[in-house]
Amino acid sequence: MAHSDTDVDHTAHGQSMGLLRVLGPAHVWALGVGIVLVGEYMGWNFAVGKGGAYAALIACWFAGILYSCVAMIDSEVTSTVAAAGGQYTQAKHIIGPLMAFNVGLYLVFAYTMLEAGNAITLGFLVDTVAGMTGHEGGLDQRPFIVLAIMFLAWLNYRGVLATLTFNLVITAIAFVAIITIFLATSPLLGAGEMLHKDLMSGQASLPYGWLGILAAMHFGLWYYLGIEGTTQAAEEVRSPARSLPFGTLAGIMTLLIAATLTWYVCSGLMPWEYLGDGVNGAVAPLFSAAQISGSSALVWLLGIGTLFATLASANGCINDASRAWFSMGRDHYLPAWFGAVHPVYRTPYRAIIFLVPIALIFALGAPLDQVITFSILSGLLGYTFMPINMIMFRKKWPLDTIKRGYEHPLHPLPAISLMALCSVTYFAVFLGYGTQLIAMIGFYIVVSLWFHFWRYRFVKRADQFTMPWPRPRGY
Amino acid sequence: MARYVPPVQSKLGQIIDVIVLVVLSVGALFVPLWLGLAGSAKLPVPVENPTWESLGQNPVMVQQWNKLGFPDAASAHDMITARYDYSFSWVSLAVMVIVIVGYFVMMIRFSDIEYREVIAEKFGEK
Repeated sequence: MAHSDTDVDHTAHGQSMGLLRVLGPAHVWALGVGIVLVGEYMGWNFAVGKGGAYAALIACWFAGILYSCVAMIDSEVTSTVAAAGGQYTQAKHIIGPLMAFNVGLYLVFAYTMLEAGNAITLGFLVDTVAGMTGHEGGLDQRPFIVLAIMFLAWLNYRGVLATLTFNLVITAIAFVAIITIFLATSPLLGAGEMLHKDLMSGQASLPYGWLGILAAMHFGLWYYLGIEGTTQAAEEVRSPARSLPFGTLAGIMTLLIAATLTWYVCSGLMPWEYLGDGVNGAVAPLFSAAQISGSSALVWLLGIGTLFATLASANGCINDASRAWFSMGRDHYLPAWFGAVHPVYRTPYRAIIFLVPIALIFALGAPLDQVITFSILSGLLGYTFMPINMIMFRKKWPLDTIKRGYEHPLHPLPAISLMALCSVTYFAVFLGYGTQLIAMIGFYIVVSLWFHFWRYRFVKRADQFTMPWPRPRGY
Repeated sequence: MARYVPPVQSKLGQIIDVIVLVVLSVGALFVPLWLGLAGSAKLPVPVENPTWESLGQNPVMVQQWNKLGFPDAASAHDMITARYDYSFSWVSLAVMVIVIVGYFVMMIRFSDIEYREVIAEKFGEK
């Protein structure tokens, strides 16, 4: 196992310390898919509620195109920026400190809200299983939510290799559970219980018309949200130029398959009104699909799959959010106290601990769809940054000036497609959740002004550019 | 270019900065919730004496509703009739576009000012 250090960092105790390079491509896959796979187990079905089942499928595929663009763009830039913080570090080198500060916050809030959503789902699952096994009156879900977040934070505190190896195993099991329910319920091998024709006929086909397809893009992102998190591990991967593009692109392919199978199974078993209500109806739709199938083996398998998917996702979210927070602390965009590495476990332990109560505030105090929307909005702002970032990257450092580990094809088509899909998704969020959209942008405007006019004075200028790149063209 | 030496921030200053960020971020989600402005207007449209037919449900749908624990149309009424209200004003759409575009333009301009300082100090003045 390689233990070579990366960028040297200084702890609060004055010791030279860096994150450990111990991860391979399988861990990168596990980090990306582990965070996202829960999107098939909960949350995506709000897209059905916003436009009907067909709209959710179209949203699934269009969001898949959006994320394929994200993965391609991200892979090229990250194959040259092998440092913790992922898109944050990219923004710092390519656009500037304020953009980097905003991107860091997008990452922290997208992942912390996703973590909160996972904990809410886990609480629901425990409550449901208690009811199935004879408990009456419902459980208090809060202790389970708190315990899950605390346990995973502890795991992250102790070390990244154990954390992501844990993710690799439970993500694989959750993925196999999706394949199993598909095979068991589809005509391929199983009883062929699918009822798409009848469940999606008449008013159920497109209940909101074409506007519903646009609206469904809002939660369509949830099928894949977080795959870009693979770049957060850049500083802890043994061979970033090879492992990151491989792990990320394999991850998006895995998710495209899982998302389509999930839609097929769930929309073929449940009326769209129930499936689309993720608060009072199908909170965990694959689990509900297993219940309706009548097979107790599937119920247990998908129950375990849901549990593992939520744990894997929350685990990866803690990993990614803390790396982004740590990076900002290290650069003094936030108080430098957060930029410390644990002297024994070599993890960003202060960032990990600090974000625990933030996740708990949202997990215990806000409804699931609001938490998911908050996460999606932060993710969406990050995706809007990516095409801008890519175009500037190619302009400032054309292909002949920096060697890339991976060059994405057809530039600038992926960047333009990504920007167009992001614009559609803003409109989709506006349909029904416009107040939150404005509140969120208002928050980022205020913190941007706070950073530019106050916080930036504590930032060392030249230290923001650490890559061995030549001077950017035009500067 | 002379190297910029940032001031050292006091511990109290660091704590205040963190509190400001936490208050702003929690406020961004919870203020709309507390004011009752967040989320969509997905409300049930009441149907008098609902039957499965009057709710637009065919026999296969009814069979699945029964499996999901809804024995009659009344029990599923609220879920089946709930709809989002997608009506919107063009003015509010224009405001949203202006806010989003304005945010990114502001951020890129301010970032560019800061970035030029970074590059000048890193690579020297041109």
